[in-house]
Formats: sequence, C-alpha cells, structure tokens
Amino acid sequence: MAEVSSSKAARTLALSGIRGRAASVSIIPAAPAERVSLRARPEDVTALSSALELELPTKPKTSATNNMRTALWLGPDEWLVIGDGEGESGLMAACAASGVLCSAVDVSHRNTAIWVEGAGAAAAINAGCPLDLSLKAFPVGACTRTIFGKVEIVLLRTGEESFRVEVWRSFSDYAYALLAEGALDATF
Amino acid sequence: MLLIHCPYCEEDRSELEFRWAGEAHIARPDAIADITDEEFAEYFFLRNNEKGLTYERWRHIHGCGRFFNAARDTVSDRFLMTYKAGLPKQPVPGVSATEKTVETYEQTEGDAR
Repeated sequence: MAEVSSSKAARTLALSGIRGRAASVSIIPAAPAERVSLRARPEDVTALSSALELELPTKPKTSATNNMRTALWLGPDEWLVIGDGEGESGLMAACAASGVLCSAVDVSHRNTAIWVEGAGAAAAINAGCPLDLSLKAFPVGACTRTIFGKVEIVLLRTGEESFRVEVWRSFSDYAYALLAEGALDATF
Repeated sequence: MLLIHCPYCEEDRSELEFRWAGEAHIARPDAIADITDEEFAEYFFLRNNEKGLTYERWRHIHGCGRFFNAARDTVSDRFLMTYKAGLPKQPVPGVSATEKTVETYEQTEGDAR
C-alpha cells in the first residue's frame, strides 16, 4: 500500500502560473485569501465591527481596511470581508465570537482574485464593465458588485491605478481572458 | 445604454446590472384558501399590461442584489422614478394616472375582417 506522505493536498490556484502584461496594464492573479460573505441586521453592525476589529462600512460603494482585513459594502445588509496574508486570518472565528445573529459563509475557495494595475487598468476593466471608473465617481477604496462581460465580479479600487477583481473561480479563465483582451486596447 | 437609479446604491447604474421582476404592488390575499378560482386566477395569473405609466419590481441583481419598485413608461421605456421595496405606490409628479387603454384583438382588428 502506498504511503500517504502528507494529509494536506497541494493547493493549485485557478489561474496558477498566468501572468499577463500589456504595455500599460499588468494582470496578475492574487495570492489566496480568506473570504467571508457576511449578512447581518443594521443593529448588529457595531458588535460585528468590534469583533472583526474593522468598521463595517454602511454607505454604498465604500470599503474599510484594517490590519490586512478589508470589508466591502455589497448591499444594505451584505458585506464581503477579505482577510489577506498567510494562513488562517480567523474571520469566521471572529464572526462566531461576535455573539450576534448573522450569516457568515466562508467563500475563500469560491472566489479568486486578479490584480489589475497600471495606467490603463480602468480602461482594461471598462472593456467589459459599464461602471464609471473615473476617480471622481469611483475613488480609491470604492467597491461594488458589478458585471464584467458575462460574469459577475466584485471590484475594489486599491489605488489610483490599481484594482482588485474578485471573481468566482470557475469564471476566472473568462475574466482573465477578457481583461487581457481589454488591456491590449488600453493604449496610453 | 439605459441608466437605472438604484434607491439602495443611491446612484444611476447600467441596465446590464438589473433584472425585471414583474408587476409591483400585488398583494397576496389574506385568506388565500377561501377565495374562488376566479379570484385566485386574477391574483396569480392576470396582469394589467398597462400602456403608459406602470409600476414594476426590478432587481439590482449584479449590484446590491436588492429588489425595488420602479415607475416606468411602457411607451417610451423611460424610468420615471424608483423607490425602495415596501413603500406604498408613489405618485409620479407631472404624470397622470395610467391611460386605461386595453387593446384587445376585437377592438383593434375586429372590424378588419
């Protein structure tokens, strides 16, 4: 009988090894992260915020970041909380410890993320996304769920020329290919 | 591209992010087991199909995910106003009540035979 050397299977990213580079845009798969789809009532936001050590945003299209954790407003009672960094970030434990009634679903492996950076980043995303991505309408820190070509994405602006595109992992091939196509047209 | 105002996101967003969700303000009868088949059909199947001002439910499915109500003109396809779900039917300033035009086959084509 063959010996099982490790109990843990090796993890391969959906977009492992891919590295896109057009003249003005770079498209790079993001490192694995912990993600929680969080839904809660308005009166429980304060308790959840203190449990997560992060002020959950209550205004549309805004996000909050603290200590490698980012909370993105998706709807009036819905957030996507992303815990970056190596290993477990303890998001689920923090939600459980908050002591309030909420729905926290670990979607770490449902989503994968793509960094889109460079002078043509907004133009590359606009190849398939109808949002106004000017800095006035979509400033740094703005986030929203929207549509990119035929797939749904969650878009977060992390810098003037840098975006995080959260996409379901089975759609990531499509999202990547469309971003690469858009990047070719983004001439600056 | 048509822009639709989402009352939850508080801004105009592209029509691509929205889905139509049928006529708005249809109240479920309280004693649904007691009503006649005709009343049930009226509640469940029959819709007004109004020409002009009409009230519809829409869903910002690729955005905040919320359902909301919209007053829309079915002739011009223009969105006159949108408001949050749960609010009563809102009057649209400057627009009179729906023109009661029911264009049945008999009315429009009946004499042509």
